[in-house]
Amino acid sequence: MKWITAWRRRPWAGYAVVLAALAIIGVAYAGVSPRTDQAQASDAAASQQDVAKGKALFNQACSSCHGANAEGTKNAPSLLGVGAASVDFQVSTGRMPAMNLGAQVPRKKPIFNEEQTRQLAAYIASLGGGPGVPSKDQVNPDTGDAAMGGKLFRANCAQCHNFAGSGGALTGGKYAPPLDKATPRQIYEAMITGPQAMPVFNDTTVTPEQKRAIIAYVTQTRAEPNPGGSGLGRVGPVAEGLVGWLVGIGLMVVAAVWLTAKKPKKKQQND
Amino acid sequence: MTDNNENSDVTPEEEGRVPKRVIGTPPSVGTQELLPREEPGEGGSGYVLDEKKARSAERVAAFFFTLTFLASIAFIFFYAVWPGHVGNIQRATRSNYTLGIALTLIFLGLAVGMTIWVRHLVTTKEIVQERHAISSTAEDREAFNEFFQKGAQESGLIQRKLLRRTLLLASAPLGLLPLVLLRDLGPLPEKKLRHTKWKSGTRLVVDGTGQPLKATDFNSPGGIITVVPEGAENNLDEIATSAVLLLNLPVDQLKIKKGRENWNVGGIVAYSKICTHVGCPAALYEQTTHHILCPCHQSTFDALDSAKVIFGPAARPLPQLPIGVDSEGYLIATSDFKEPVGPSFWERGRPKA
Repeated sequence: MKWITAWRRRPWAGYAVVLAALAIIGVAYAGVSPRTDQAQASDAAASQQDVAKGKALFNQACSSCHGANAEGTKNAPSLLGVGAASVDFQVSTGRMPAMNLGAQVPRKKPIFNEEQTRQLAAYIASLGGGPGVPSKDQVNPDTGDAAMGGKLFRANCAQCHNFAGSGGALTGGKYAPPLDKATPRQIYEAMITGPQAMPVFNDTTVTPEQKRAIIAYVTQTRAEPNPGGSGLGRVGPVAEGLVGWLVGIGLMVVAAVWLTAKKPKKKQQND
Repeated sequence: MTDNNENSDVTPEEEGRVPKRVIGTPPSVGTQELLPREEPGEGGSGYVLDEKKARSAERVAAFFFTLTFLASIAFIFFYAVWPGHVGNIQRATRSNYTLGIALTLIFLGLAVGMTIWVRHLVTTKEIVQERHAISSTAEDREAFNEFFQKGAQESGLIQRKLLRRTLLLASAPLGLLPLVLLRDLGPLPEKKLRHTKWKSGTRLVVDGTGQPLKATDFNSPGGIITVVPEGAENNLDEIATSAVLLLNLPVDQLKIKKGRENWNVGGIVAYSKICTHVGCPAALYEQTTHHILCPCHQSTFDALDSAKVIFGPAARPLPQLPIGVDSEGYLIATSDFKEPVGPSFWERGRPKA
């Protein structure tokens, strides 16, 4: 263990330890924090078979909270009339079935696959009412007017989801999630159904064409490069200022300490 | 160390090292001495270097100087090959990166190389400069005091009271002149802060698209949209005061204030989007709690209860815009806001200001 003792007495050992600790924490966090795969789905029409299979899945995974006939319990809302879009959004983003009932149900890896999601949606839709799952064309970002979408996004979405779709905090532990993983279809479904604390933007207020424009804006913003290097979560001047001050001034302090430290390894003539 | 605190007995050898004093500069007292005074030893007066370490330090410094050289070549190369002003924004970004990194390496290499040079290879001894008191010497202060007293006596300022007092009188208003000039800052906003573009019959149009809204279109519970007065869709100055948050609230939960019975259309209510604290757009609406949150300082308003403040620094509720529907079913304002929108201002409480 002699080498450790020798090593840690070196002048730069302290800096090295701090850097190594930061790196380890960063890597560990990146490894531990949850990742979700994007759910892809087709827009096949619901058949009687789907409804029956969906009902079976519902009884198995959802009825304990939402009630045997989706009428809702004191733990979970009624699903009568919420429509296929709502089911598709909640299940394909992994929010439902929920693990536990906190302030907000987080996005996670979906439990049901594409086909099962469609069957569940078909069953809930068969109970009546509610918006359906949008078609591929309706959510195609390539045909949306991103400039107009940007206007609408900044006026109606950016206050919670941030100007670059990075999300933000709400009250009582709730939050507006970042939009970086949402698929075009999920964005559309979120607008039309208003999941959790999110308000509703129905088709007569924000038309399907305008919704497509918003989707185009969100997906194009996501693809934009960060001209300044790292986007720092794209949360704006707070993160940028923090890094500027901590890293910038930190480096200057280190440089100043180095410049003014006593000259090393020189001996006096008469020693 | 030779004793050099006394300026009077300068030894002949020191005479040569101390430059001749120029008139007006302070005397070179020992405490301000910058050069180390030490008898030169056998190998000179500086440090002695360990030749092996010195050579490796030299190599490191040389490496950094070479880095600067290479980075300079790279800078010129990148400038010639990828000029940032030609082509698209991606090209400009790449140009900024390459030129910026090259320039960083140029100056960093020079600075690091020189620092290593100074720290490891220069044999001049470190100089310790003693700090001394900032105040003048006792003699100087005495002399100044004497001079000042003498001047006061000879000018007659002490004996001639009338002269002294009128002089003070003359200079007193002089200090007030800048304050008087401040009055010219302005003009005052007059009534602009009390009125917005909304008036009876103005249609509510969606911000961004300019499309008017029917009450039957805006019919989803938990709906929200930002609206502006028709005719002011592209006028940012007007939108800055007239932006309105339109909400579709459950009508049975709505606590309607007295006098505001006709201000909503079946649960559709309109609140000013401008926070009454410092004017941020307060528009974070949670449809589960019906709270409107301001992102700047977390002021929270209860949309069900006339946007009453329930948390945060805002002092007043968000002003409510009275709305109705016109003959075609479109949502309209039935008057302007009944109170000034946005943050407080000095004359806000004065009714006729």
